[in-house]
This record gives sequence, structure tokens and C-alpha cells, in this order.
Amino acid sequence: MNETSVTRVYVRMSAKKGKKRKLKFFEAIREAIDQSMEKDDSVFIIGEGVPDPKGIFGTTLGLQKKYGDKRVMDMPLSENALTGVCIGAAITGLRPILTHQRIDFSLLSIDQIINNAAKWHYIFGGQLKVPMVIRIVIGRGWGQGAQHSQNLQALFAHVPGLKVVMPTTAYDAKGLLISSIKDNNPVIFIEHRWLHNISDYVPEDYYSVPIGKGKIISKGKDITIAATSYMNVEAIKAADYLKKKKISVEVIDIRTLKPLDDEVIIKSVKKTGRLLVLDSGYYTGGFAGEIIARVSEKAYKHLKSAPQRITLPDLPTPTSPGLTKYYYPGYSDIVKKVLSMLGKQDVKVSFKEESVPLDKPDNSFTGPF
Amino acid sequence: MIEKMDGKKLISLLNDLLYIRLVEERIAELYPEQEIRCPVHLSIGQEAIAVGVCKNLKKDDLVFSNHRCHAHYLAKEGSLKKFFAEMYGKSTGCSKGKGGSMHIIDLTVNFMGSVPVVAATIPIAVGAAFTLSKKESKNISVVFMGDAAIEEGVFHESINFAKLKNLPVLFVCENNLYSVYTPIHLRQPKRKIVDVVKAQGLECYSVDGNDVSAVHDVSKKAIDRIRKGKGPAFIEACTYRWREHCGVNYDDHLGYRCKDEILKWKSKDPIKRLKENMMSKHMITQREIKEIEEKIKKDIDEAVKFAKSSPFPDKSDLHKHIYD
Ligand SMILES: Cc1ncc(C[n+]2csc(CCOP(=O)(O)OP(=O)(O)O)c2C)c(N)n1
Ligand SMILES: [Mg+2]
Repeated sequence: MNETSVTRVYVRMSAKKGKKRKLKFFEAIREAIDQSMEKDDSVFIIGEGVPDPKGIFGTTLGLQKKYGDKRVMDMPLSENALTGVCIGAAITGLRPILTHQRIDFSLLSIDQIINNAAKWHYIFGGQLKVPMVIRIVIGRGWGQGAQHSQNLQALFAHVPGLKVVMPTTAYDAKGLLISSIKDNNPVIFIEHRWLHNISDYVPEDYYSVPIGKGKIISKGKDITIAATSYMNVEAIKAADYLKKKKISVEVIDIRTLKPLDDEVIIKSVKKTGRLLVLDSGYYTGGFAGEIIARVSEKAYKHLKSAPQRITLPDLPTPTSPGLTKYYYPGYSDIVKKVLSMLGKQDVKVSFKEESVPLDKPDNSFTGPF
Repeated sequence: MIEKMDGKKLISLLNDLLYIRLVEERIAELYPEQEIRCPVHLSIGQEAIAVGVCKNLKKDDLVFSNHRCHAHYLAKEGSLKKFFAEMYGKSTGCSKGKGGSMHIIDLTVNFMGSVPVVAATIPIAVGAAFTLSKKESKNISVVFMGDAAIEEGVFHESINFAKLKNLPVLFVCENNLYSVYTPIHLRQPKRKIVDVVKAQGLECYSVDGNDVSAVHDVSKKAIDRIRKGKGPAFIEACTYRWREHCGVNYDDHLGYRCKDEILKWKSKDPIKRLKENMMSKHMITQREIKEIEEKIKKDIDEAVKFAKSSPFPDKSDLHKHIYD
């Protein structure tokens, strides 16, 4: 994939001096699993297709060869039962990583996730722990449609007892996955498929990035954009564009939806006075609304204009490329929204045709999956 | 089995097999143009099951399907033009561009819909059978599924309810031995699928899914029985997918299926078997087969032309169909 501006920005922000190694997001995920399994015998990974030739978009390739089929396992198409099995393993001392290639498939296990994984620590007065990670891939594009490309992070973030993590960069993917595996609670770890092939500098060592911390990825003073996961890529593109129009945008990667670090966002809003939230989920009841509510509750008097959000419309995903082009918001929508929030609708903008069609993550992608 | 069947029936089975094969091969040919922009799951190699079962269905019988749905839709005589238009995401498609290859429907022939979440349509087909039973209809509901659907809890819950209420529903499991790249022995213990279903009290049948006349005869038995009000039945038909799980290419190079296995199954090509059998009995000539193929290809040309020249849905269509 061509380097996107998000890669450039992250490289700028997270690179340490000295030796730098570039890794793609999917490779960083694999390294986090590998190093966690090496350090801790009780970690195992299971999921449909985990040991297959494609290895969950490359994230599990080679692991079975290294750790054997007792720790790196395929599974029957029994998502609900296997989630319960992982909970059972977790309360008795193992650390499962359960993997779903699409969030839509995790819905078959929603009972075990919400009724049990999220509750067993609390309902027994803290006597049991449920240290498990549920890796879930979300996505968009290429006619995946209504049942193969939903972005339901808000659903999980709604549930007490779950942690919900959504990294954007390869650096954070590795560090946050290591933290998630070490965490003694159920963590929903959500990876956007369109991030899997983006590179970043990723240290070789076993390091963690704390759960529950947002991060400023681009400094600015005129407006705060807080975004989840892939929407940070669009945010950075928009910020780069707006810079040429002399508008300075602060972009915050939310990184963890639950527990939410609203401090970093509120601090930024106190400085800029304006907030735009981007989320890849739906509008009503979505996570963007939660951020806006928090900021309105806690920093109302600092707001110079009404907070705004850009999300998916309240519609299932259609498959036709003739419709998806109106469905997915992109950086040009962000630019226009920012200008209107700043009362600068008159600033002339023009957007050149994207070199990559809207339904593909990059031009090397030719379908079908 | 073939001996008992009259020539006309066999020709019509052959016609349907060729029809599905040629449609799927055309999709494979067109896909690299990147105008069909959705995942596709082809049924090449597995056509005999859809054809053999659907030949016994009436127009008013209901059919439900899964991700690998093209053969079922075509065997139930869903519109070819609307099918191709849906592949191309056009407003004239069978789902108006909202569904793509994995969500197809044609209510004019009671093809009731396909969806890709594994096992999702199984209870829905049972629910449709519930309606039929309530209306004391003579029609039945049929649901096609893969071998992996057996692993989902909802399958077992559905057959339990279907038996409990004695519903007119036929479950057809196309066992092609794989779920994506994972062989069945890594997903299910060594035992027969039909034994599990039998234990729930359903009438069960096993059949060579690459022998269209065998599938036809077995499903005739099952369907006649269901129509008589004797309750749900289950057919396991063994078969093999030729190309990659999703997409139009061969993926033999990945090595998840061994060469011998692939060759063995290809030699059991349901079309080749029927053709050779019929020709050896002088029921059809090479030339007549060619004629059938030419006619089908013409229909496909027309459908593709219709699809390509149809408009995309309008921007305003995006907001249609959320609620009635
Ligand atoms: C609940 C669920 N889990 C996983 C998937 C991903 N998936 C799509 S098709 C498929 C294979 C299903 O195998 P099978 O039922 O045997 O059908 P086949 O593809 O072999 O025809 C899988 C795992 C899914 N669509 N739904
Ligand atoms: Mg199968």
C-alpha cells in the first residue's frame, strides 16, 4: 500500500531515535501474539481460520508451527459455545485470544460475551477473573454488505465489564494487544481491516501501550477532531488539507472506547473550543454521541460552537458501489464540516478524484474478500 | 438410477446443470474486469444438489439459501437478468443493488432469500414451514446449508423445533468437506452427520451429491413424505467445491487440499458423469449437448448485457427500504 498520511504522521509522532524498524499493522498484531505466547504459557489463540494459509489477514501466520496445535487452534463454526469455552478456560487459569474475521460473526456469541464474560467478575463479588481477549475485525467496502461490514463497537462499549480497544497504528496495535492479553478482564480488541496493511515504526521489544489512554496525533489550535480507528486516517488527510487553508486541527486518536479517556479530549477542547467526532459506526446511539455528551457535560462553557459528528448514516450497508459512494464519509466531508463549524463555508475547496476507489483499501486489492 | 428415468427428464437435468455451470464460469470470466464488486462464492462442482432437489419442487415451494447461493437461485428458476444485474450492483438487480452476490432473492418463484451468516436461514426456513403448516398448505420449505452449518447451535435448535411441530421442511446439507480452508475433521468428530440428525427424530438420507439422478430420486422420496404431512427431513449430499471458497480462482497452490483429493473429485464431475452416461445409452448426442450450451450462452450474453447497461441505484435509493 502507498504510504498514507497517517503513516507519515505516526512515524513523526512515535518514532524513537536510533534504530527504526517498519512493520505493517497486521505484522505488529502477529508479533504481539507471538511475544505474549512466548512469555506466558497460559496464552492460547483460537478462531475460525487461525492456522489456515491466510492466517486471519496474516495476523496468525506461522504461529501454529511455532507453538503447536494445542495453543494455536482452528475451531468449529460454534461462536457462542466457543466463547463460553474460552470464558471457562479463562476463569480456570488460561488466557484465551478468541478471533473473529468479521464483527458480524461475533454477534452469534453476544450472549456469552454480554451475559457471562462481562459479568462473572462482578456477580461473584470479584472472586473470579475473566482474562480473555476477543479480537474482532471490522471493515468496509467491496460489496461486503449488510452482514459483513458492520462497525458495532458502540454495542460492546455499552456493556459494563468489557474493555473496548481500537488501535489505529501498528505501534499501538502491538502495544495495546500486549496490554489486552495481560489484562485480567475481557477485552474486545477491534481491528479495522483497512488498517492492516499500513506501516509504522514498531520496536522489536515486548512493550505495552496502556489501555484507557487517548493520544494527540496531530497538534492544532482551531478545532479538535476526536476519531476512532480507521477514521483517524481520514482525519489526518483532512488536517493536512486544512493546514493549506491555514486552519490548524488537533487530532486525537481515542484508542480505547472503554474505559474512555475523556480527559485528553476535554483538555484539547478547552484549548480549541470546538469538537468534531468521527466514528465508523452508525449515527444513533453510536460512540460519537458518547464523546459529545461527555464534553457537553464537562466542558460546556468552553465550547464556541455546537459539537458535531461524522458517522455512518443510520442505514445498513448496501452492496452496490453505486450506493456505497454516498454511504461512507471521507476526508472531504470532514473538511467541509470543519469549515462550516468555523464559519468559513466561503473558503474555496476542491478535491481531486481519489486514486484508490472508495470501496478498496488500496490498489493492490482486487477482491473478493 | 439413471435407467429408471425417462430421457426427457434427464435432458432437463443436464440442461440445468449446464446452465448453472456456464453462469458460474461466466462470472469467473467477468470478475477480473472489477465491475462485479462483491464477494462471490461459486458452486462449480456442486451443481447436482441444487438441480436434483429443485427438480422436485413446485413453484409455490419455498427455498432459502446461504452464501453459496447461485445454484439454488438458478435451479429454482430465479430471473437470470436480475441475477446478473445484482452482481453488478444495479438498480434492476434482484435485490435492487442492496444485496450483491450473497443476498439474492426472487419472490416470483419463491426463492425466499440467501444470507451469508452461516446457518442464519435455517430457523427462518423453519418459520416459513410453520406458516405453511398453519395454512394447511401442501407446499414445503427447503433450506440449503453447508457442512459447517451443522456446527452452529441454531441448526440443532431448529431441527428440534421442526420435529416438535412436525413441520414441512427439508434441510439439505451440501457436505463439501471444507469450511473455507478448514477440513471437516478439524471441526467435527468422526461420526456421521446423519446420525446426529436422526437422533433428533428426523427422516435422514445420505446421497452422492455429484450424481444428479440419485439426488433427484432421494429428494423426491423425502419431499413426497414431507408433503404427506410426515414431518421434516434431512439430506446429506457429499460433494466438492472446485474453486476457491470465495472468489473465482483455483487455489490448489495453497496446499490445504491435496492433489489426489482434488483429482478424485474432479473425476466425479456431475456434468461429465451425466453426459457420458446419457451418451453411452444414446440418449443424447455431442451435437445436441452443444446446442443446449449455445442456447444457454445466448441467454447469459443477454443477461450480462442487460446488467451492464442497467443504471446504478439512485442516491435517494440509499434511504429507501429501512422501514415499510
Ligand atoms: C456465523 C458465521 N461464522 C463464520 C462465517 C465465515 N464464513 C463464511 S462461509 C464459511 C464457510 C462455511 O462452510 P460451509 O457451511 O461448509 O459452506 P461452504 O462454503 O463449504 O459451501 C465461513 C466460515 C460466517 N459467514 N458466518
Ligand atoms: Mg463446506
